[in-house]
Amino acid sequence: MTLSHPPALAVRDLCVTFQRNGCETRVIHDIDFEIAAGETLALVGESGSGKSVTSMALMRLLGRQSRAAVTGQVALHAATEREPIDLLQIDDARMRQLRGRRIAMIFQEPLTALNPVHRVGDQIAEVVRFHSGSPRRQARAQALALLEQVGIPEPSSRLDSYPHELSGGMRQRVVIAMALAMEPDVLIADEPTTALDVTVQAQILTLLKTLQRDTGMAMLFITHDFGVVSEVADRVAVMYAGRIVEEGDVEAVLARPLMPYTAGLLASVPRLERAGLPGERLATIAGRVPDPASLPAGCSFQPRCTFAVPGTCDSAVPALASLKAGRRVRCTRAHELIPAEELSPCPQTS
Amino acid sequence: MTTMTAAGDAAHTRHHWWQHRTLSRFLRHRLAATGLAIILMLTLACLLGPHLLPYDELTVDLRARFSPPLTQDHYLGTDPLGRDIAARLLMAGRISLLVGFSVMLISTVFGTLIGVVAGYFRGWVGSVLMRIVDAFLAFPSIFLVLVLSAFVEPSPFMITVIIALTCWMEIARIVEAEILSLRERDFTIAARLSGASARWIMFRELVPNAMGPIIVAATLTIANAILLEAYISFLGYGIQPPLPSWGNMLNSAQQYLADAPWLAIVPGITITLAVSSFNFIGDGLRDALDSRSNLP
Repeated sequence: MTLSHPPALAVRDLCVTFQRNGCETRVIHDIDFEIAAGETLALVGESGSGKSVTSMALMRLLGRQSRAAVTGQVALHAATEREPIDLLQIDDARMRQLRGRRIAMIFQEPLTALNPVHRVGDQIAEVVRFHSGSPRRQARAQALALLEQVGIPEPSSRLDSYPHELSGGMRQRVVIAMALAMEPDVLIADEPTTALDVTVQAQILTLLKTLQRDTGMAMLFITHDFGVVSEVADRVAVMYAGRIVEEGDVEAVLARPLMPYTAGLLASVPRLERAGLPGERLATIAGRVPDPASLPAGCSFQPRCTFAVPGTCDSAVPALASLKAGRRVRCTRAHELIPAEELSPCPQTS
Repeated sequence: MTTMTAAGDAAHTRHHWWQHRTLSRFLRHRLAATGLAIILMLTLACLLGPHLLPYDELTVDLRARFSPPLTQDHYLGTDPLGRDIAARLLMAGRISLLVGFSVMLISTVFGTLIGVVAGYFRGWVGSVLMRIVDAFLAFPSIFLVLVLSAFVEPSPFMITVIIALTCWMEIARIVEAEILSLRERDFTIAARLSGASARWIMFRELVPNAMGPIIVAATLTIANAILLEAYISFLGYGIQPPLPSWGNMLNSAQQYLADAPWLAIVPGITITLAVSSFNFIGDGLRDALDSRSNLP
């Protein structure tokens, strides 16, 4: 993807270090990625790979109390601003203005993300009132319009419902309506469909894509589900142990993963056409995600990697090498595992 | 289609829906329902009774001293000055109940405020506030009340303030514990993410969710306050005669215990009834409000 405009969100050298009992543990190592307006980047990885910490760091949710040191740059380029804003440099009051207005986030569990004692219409209207200060009646009308926009049937009667009176899919639609109330430039979606059943999941994904097309927001979609990735994302970044290990266009990565970890993840997706074949077992990646406090030497995936070479893979962390078409991979043996022409940057392809 | 209609019906009845559920759960708690009935009757009697009785609570009639209950119009008898005990009891009830409710109001508001700030900000703010709470709790409240009341004019207002000073800590601790867990819930983070200020999150998002435990604690505070008021009035530091309170009625009954036991029995039973009723209401509310959070 060629970027004629500056990216809506550009993350550079993001590091997160937790301090506990005098020890420092770095859980996020030099993450960098860009998302253009209207584009969706999927951040994929196992539990514990640092996806959610990354999103919390972007939203400045890792405060002093969590004893986390966040360094790097998070440049938010709002459509209304000329210059990008570094979210890690601004003060708390400014950040509060931007949250919900320019950068919003939705969560995995739609029931817990809604306050159980307030009616959903009021919760949506509140977001509007924080930011625009519009009068109650007008905010309520806007809440109604938002409920309609996210496809809730009979929106006017749903305004006065409590969260527990709605189904999981409806609740997630309400959460989305709250996040999109101010038409943010960037939406971070942290596994927004994991808690929903498959048909509802598909509806929510379609809704998010439609809303993205209408508003032109950039979306950072955090998930561990490659089925979801192929459905929503334009590009995908695979995380392992706090590092991005592979990035590229969705079709390219899914068709031909370059990093053994990505390949392993893709192989462990259950496939209907192979289920029930005699002797067929679900592929897994042996071992566990390493403890961030004691990462293995060299490539952090090396102890679990079937292609690991002693002496090479365990000596230094491989660099994230840039290939053609915005593809990046962090593996010393990438050149052996793939044809040479794919590895070298090819200027003639456009 | 069927499910859609069912959902529509649920939407129409929703206003009374959980109130009904909570209320019916509360009323199913027999002791609590009885307690509520007793408190309602007692309150009503204290409000209206003095107007209906033939005697004033201050009218002295020395010819009718020590009349036992049910002599003529003195349904509950008379005291050493011939004053009607029924009238005194109901007027005393006004003061005792008023002190109870006022203490509840003051200590609930103050305790909630301290608890919510301590629980939300944690860190040194929370530590300092909760250590203050601990310091107050470290004093046996009865001594604190007695020491304080030795220094001030024992008007009903000052008695209320003094008792409230010893009752707010419990609520502060309950609220703090509740807020500590609520602040980690997703909806709090979601509110922060949509740009809410700390004050908004504390009072619009967190406190409404802690209402159940707060209401229960507040109810139990009334019982506690009535008991404390009776206690210090009994010891002579509280409401001063001729103004009647349940406590000072007991106090003046001491020396005639053998000859006129009704002087002690009548206010004694009333205090027991009021305090245990409030405690039962608190228990019932705890059960009724707790199971609401278990709803899907």
